[in-house]
Amino acid sequence: MSKKVTITIDGREIEAHEGEKVLWVALDNSIFIPNLCALKEKEHPSGSCRLCYVQVEGRPEPVTACTLAAKEGLSVQTRSPQVDRLVKSAFELLLSNHRLGCGRCPRRKSCALLKIARERGLKMRLSRLSALELDVEIDESPETFAFDRSRCLLCGRCVWICQEVARVGALGFTNRGITRRVGTFREVSLAQSPCTECGLCVEACPSGALYFKEKSDDK
Amino acid sequence: MSLIEGEEELIRNGVAEALLDHDRARESLIPLLLKVQGKLGYLPALAMELIAEALQIPAVDVYGLATFYNRFRLNPPGKHQIQVCMGTACYMVGGDIALDCFERRLEIGEDETTPDREFSLERVACVGCCTMAPVVVVDELVEGHVTPTRVDGILLSFGREIPKSAEKTEQEGENSP
Ligand code: FES
Ligand code: FES
Repeated sequence: MSKKVTITIDGREIEAHEGEKVLWVALDNSIFIPNLCALKEKEHPSGSCRLCYVQVEGRPEPVTACTLAAKEGLSVQTRSPQVDRLVKSAFELLLSNHRLGCGRCPRRKSCALLKIARERGLKMRLSRLSALELDVEIDESPETFAFDRSRCLLCGRCVWICQEVARVGALGFTNRGITRRVGTFREVSLAQSPCTECGLCVEACPSGALYFKEKSDDK
Repeated sequence: MSLIEGEEELIRNGVAEALLDHDRARESLIPLLLKVQGKLGYLPALAMELIAEALQIPAVDVYGLATFYNRFRLNPPGKHQIQVCMGTACYMVGGDIALDCFERRLEIGEDETTPDREFSLERVACVGCCTMAPVVVVDELVEGHVTPTRVDGILLSFGREIPKSAEKTEQEGENSP
């Protein structure tokens, strides 16, 4: 990467590579910005979870930090009333399509949603929206891990990893709208798909959708 | 859906032909799928796999696209195509009941085809004759006011016998609230 620039996050001056996305600059400097769908290695951020909003000086509306490139003199605030409102709404939208019951979730200690809720003082409960009806549908066919779609947030991290890093291509997005899901070719179980059980998707999953059977947070 | 005799060859040839003068970039996937569907009437799993292989992309991406657009169908069109209107007017007066009846009688779901490929079932939006709601279009013929009894009548006109016992218990069921 190219030349160094200085940007300001929450009043702190930080050195960054020009063009580097502000989300990673912040996280690398222990400044928390909520995020789900971003992956550092991914060249084109999908910008789909809408959780990483920040306020940029000189711009009227908040922008997503995962798509915001660092340049000399850039100044951002991670919080503002506008940012908080947007994040709260995006968070509740995600929750409305996510099976709660965190007490029994195998990832309750490492869940990104819980972390965001803690950091931003958000409730793990719906106030304005009603919950979508979710079929609990767990694919336990792989030997080492399982896939619980009712906890999937459609962030797409596993899909990208499966296709671009593992180069397996077992997982992908299928269907549209409210039935959109992470699926396999013809929706066969993972064991019947080209999946090699490399486990990279499980490590990439921010919630309790993909989890190792043995290493869940209980054990 | 299992393939019928000789269909595998048809699919292989159809896909090979479509690929002949087609470029292999990922961006060409939609036109390619349209072309293959134009030839075969639908997108069989085998065709999707062959296309994925040719374009060197995961099969799940072809499937993902085919399930994203309504334009693509994954099941062969039946000899008789039944389209149940689920537009506002039809829905309000029981379009879903008609759909349900077809599903039960044919033992298939929406967007599916009976194993003998006699019937395929689809839902459509307003077909433009709301005064006749609920409307079902059977092979281009518009049927109005489709009650459960009419569903049986339509199927009977194609030689589908309605099992006697089923008829009885279900009609009783319909009368009770
Ligand atoms: S992390 Fe930026 S939109 Fe998801
Ligand atoms: S709503 Fe069915 S014909 Fe108009």
